[in-house]
Parts: sequence; C-alpha cells; structure tokens
Amino acid sequence: MGAIPTAIADSDQQPTDAEPPVLEARGIVKRFGHVEALRGADFTVRRGEVVALIGDNGAGKSTLIKTLSGVHPPDEGEIRVGGRPVQFSTPVDARRAGVETVYQDLAVADDLSVAANLYLGREILRSGPLGRLGLLDKRAMRQGAAAALDELGVRIPRVTTPIVMLSGGQRQCVAVARAIIWATNVVILDEPTAALGVVQTGRVLDVVRRARDAGMSVVLVSHNMPQVLEIADRVEVLRLGRRAAQLRADEVTTDDLVAAMTGSTNVDRDER
Amino acid sequence: MSSAEATAGTQRGELSDWFRERISHAVSEFTAATALVVLFIALTFASPYFLTADNLFNIGAQTAVIAIIATAQTMVIITKGIDLSVGSVAALAGVLGAMVVRDLGFSLWAATAVAIGVGALAGLLNGLLVTVARIPPFIATLGTMSVGRGLVFIITGAVGVYGLPRSFQLLGNGQILGIPFAVVITVLVAVGVAFLLSQTRFGQYTYAMGSNLEAARRSGIRVGRHLTGVYVLAGVLVGLGGMIAASRVNSGQPNYGISLELDVIAAAVIGGASLFGGQGRIVGTIIGAFLIALVRNGAVLLDISIHYQQVIVGVIIWAAVYFDQYRRRRLESRG
Repeated sequence: MGAIPTAIADSDQQPTDAEPPVLEARGIVKRFGHVEALRGADFTVRRGEVVALIGDNGAGKSTLIKTLSGVHPPDEGEIRVGGRPVQFSTPVDARRAGVETVYQDLAVADDLSVAANLYLGREILRSGPLGRLGLLDKRAMRQGAAAALDELGVRIPRVTTPIVMLSGGQRQCVAVARAIIWATNVVILDEPTAALGVVQTGRVLDVVRRARDAGMSVVLVSHNMPQVLEIADRVEVLRLGRRAAQLRADEVTTDDLVAAMTGSTNVDRDER
Repeated sequence: MSSAEATAGTQRGELSDWFRERISHAVSEFTAATALVVLFIALTFASPYFLTADNLFNIGAQTAVIAIIATAQTMVIITKGIDLSVGSVAALAGVLGAMVVRDLGFSLWAATAVAIGVGALAGLLNGLLVTVARIPPFIATLGTMSVGRGLVFIITGAVGVYGLPRSFQLLGNGQILGIPFAVVITVLVAVGVAFLLSQTRFGQYTYAMGSNLEAARRSGIRVGRHLTGVYVLAGVLVGLGGMIAASRVNSGQPNYGISLELDVIAAAVIGGASLFGGQGRIVGTIIGAFLIALVRNGAVLLDISIHYQQVIVGVIIWAAVYFDQYRRRRLESRG
C-alpha cells in the first residue's frame, strides 16, 4: 500500500490545522447490491470535540457509522486516524485504533453484571499460571469499574448488579461509559438517547460532556435537533450518501439544520 | 466533584434491589430443592423400598448420568442453544465404548477415552453446524440426534453389545467407601464445570454469548470459536455419561437415551437455566437432575407406567419454563 512514496498525497488542503483530524473519512463509497448507501462521503472529527452527524432517514448515517466502526468495510475511499490511513475490516480493528462505538440496540449483555460488561472482551485475568488458565480477577474488575464509573459520574447502585435490573438510562450510561473508558481516540454514539426520558437523557449527555472535557472526541448520531445544538460543537450533515454541510453548532438554528438535511440550502459555513 | 457521594449515595429501594439481585439466581434453585425434599419425604412414606440402601445407591447412579449430561446441556442452554442430540450421542459413545472392549480388548479406561472422543466429535459437529453452517441449534442437533441414532443401529445391527468382562461395570456400579463411583465422577464434573462457568473467561464468554451474541461479537470475542468450544465440551460430558450408562447395565444398548434430552433439558430448566440464554448455574442443574431421577425412581417403585412418567416430565418442563418467563418479567419490570 505505502510502497510508492506519493508526493501527490501530501497535497491535502489542511494548512491551518497543525494536528490532523483524529478521525477522518474521505470519499467513502458503500454499496449493498445495487443500492449505493454512501456515494463518496467525507467526515471529519477533531480532537476534543463533539461532532453531531445528522441526516434524513436513508441519508447513510448508519452506514457511515458502521464503516467507521469496522462493521461494514467501505468499497472505496479512505479512513484515517490521526492522519494515518487505516483499514477497518472488523470492529476489532476499529477498537485497536482507539475508535469505540455504542450501537443503538446491541450495546450490553443483559445477564452480565455492570463490571462484567465494562470489561467484556478485555477481562482482567489473575496473574501467574492461574491467569493463563483463564481465571478472572473479579475483584480488580469490580474496583476498576467502580472507579471508572465514578470518574464519569455514572450513578448505578453497584457494579455487581446485572444490567437487566437497571433502568434504561442507567443501561445506556453503562454502555456509553464502557466505550469512553476504552476509547483512546473517538467514541461513536448511535442515537444514544432515542429511547430515554428527559432526565435519563440528561444523564447520558452529562457523561458525554465529561468525556469531551477530558479530551475525548465524540461522534453523536441524533435525530433530535435541539439536543444536537445543545451538546455538539460541530454538526456534519449527510444527504444522499454525501456530506452536504459542515456547521458550527453555535452559529446555526434548528431550521438551518433541517434545511441542510433536506437540501433546501447547501451552506458550508465551516469552510475556511 | 459530587461523583463520590453520587455513586455511594443510597437510592430508594436499594436494599430490596440488593436482595432481589442476590436471590434472583437462587429462587429457582430454592424452589427445586424444596420440591426435591418434599418428593423425597413423600416417597419415603409411599414406598417401603424407597429408603433402602440399595435403592438410594441406585438413585445415586441414575442421577449421576442425568446430572453429567444435564451439566452439558446447561452449558449449551446458557449460550441460548439447545442440544437434542445428547441421547443419541450418549448411546453411540456407550455402544462404541462397549465394542472396543469386547472386540479389540481395550481396557475400561481406554474405552472411556474412546467414548469421550466420540462425544467430543459429535460436539464438534454440532458446534460447526451452528457456527459455520449457521443452522439454528435446535435443527442442527435434531439432525445429529437422527444421524447418531441411525449410526448406532447400523453399527450394532440393532443388537445390544453383550459379553463384556465384569470389570466393565466399575464405572457405573463400582463404589468408593460405599459411595457410587459414578457419583464421585459427577461431583468432580459438576464442581469443575461450575468453576469454569463462574470463575473463568471461558465461562464469562459463555454467558455473554447467550445474553447478547452481537454484543459479544462486537466486544471482540471470537464467538464462533467459543461457541464451538462449548459444544465440544458438552459432547465430552455426554460421551462420559453414555459410557457410565453402558457400564451400569454392563452392555452397549442401541436403544439407550431415547428421550433423554427431555430429562436433561427439564433438569437444567428446573434448576434455573433459561432457554432464552445467559442464565443457568450448575448447582441448580444438579438439583434438577436429582428431582428428575427421583420422579423416575418413584414412578417405578409405585408401579406407575413409563408412559405416565413421560407425561409427568412434560408437565414439569412446562411448569419450569413458565416459571422462568415469569421470573424474567419480574426482573425486567423495574427498567
């Protein structure tokens, strides 16, 4: 891949930003049979910002998210993490690159405890030969889970509680916290509050803010325009499988967002 | 920061939540244990033969086979699967174990290894059918059940394998200090699997896959490999159980284990394993196996026909699954 040193590839039009975007998609094409879900989509996430990804139904949001999280490898185009091209063939690849995703509905294993969920797939094993046999260090995981949740301000009774006994908001907080704890670059949240009430939504958004304040980048997929403007720093609009606009959240209204989504205007105020 | 007291802070109803969380597992186990005690006392009064040393020994050995195979079934059920092939595979393992002793002069231990190997292969087949061919467990193991039974009849010509040395009985009828050898094996198996499920990563993944397969997959767990591993391990135990069963009757019986799957599924479900996956403990399964063995034994002592036993086991399965669903609704009603 990188065999030929290309001078052409360096002609990026990014002179102002010293640091390359933490996550970037360029010209992503994804087809499902005859349907072209993404037709050269671009997407940019910078360090320490909350980016909302919005778009009408069928605009390709979910597909783009799945591409960025390794669920659907793109047919064409390039994904870069911290400026370096990467190949996401599986969700594990994305996670190794520090990109964690919370999916709308399949976030947690209900029968497992909060601590077990936070460490799922990354269990702490006992040290020594017992660990090599796969023996879990449950205490270390309980303590680690409690400390991490505490730091993010997630309120749950105990880390030993099975997820099934938590409220919807608590479950979602655990799922979001899990992604934040392990992500080193970006957390992608697909409609994290779609099924939640007002108070519970507030809790989830608090967790997101705390993560952002700690330097994490967050991608938020949402249909809720007031919420997008409340929490996001920037908004990227997807329409018909392409990026239709990049907007600063503090410069626009919900009407602007809707207009950009439906295509009645094609503003791009973020262009430098 | 207020986070410290937030986490430590007491929420309303926390104590009852804590209680519910603690006992949620134990409820079915406690119910099953109560039923077990009641049935035990009832049978003591109903039949003069029940509380004899011979009969208790018999119940122990009978429970052993059901318990070992139900332990295997529990692992599969936790993954949200089901193994209908246990009866056929146990028969195949027992018959082949008997044949290598009779025809090839294998020792009992070598024959046991053969039986376990047969079980492991059948488990591997089930696992690959489920994970690679993506056939739902119910159908995949239904096929294995039919193929396995067919093979048993082909290999034996539908005739039992007799003419075995007395030593062949050791596994099923031998004893250590008055305790059936089979019971000792069962305890070792149960403790081992319980430890595996509750204390190791393998166990954690088993519950995770049954609870939410997609979440497990996206957590980076190689679910195909692990699921196949569960079926193989289950097959190993089924092979062992089949060998003990053959040893008990000192012969390889091609008819052995027909509708055994119902008994062991009942044992697992009575003990709290959920057919919806993600839940189940070996303690409960052992109690369930005891209960089933007691029902069978009691029916024989009281001269209740085998056909009524089938009816009783069926009703028990209904009741256990109904109870499981009821319990799940109660748990989830809070969210």
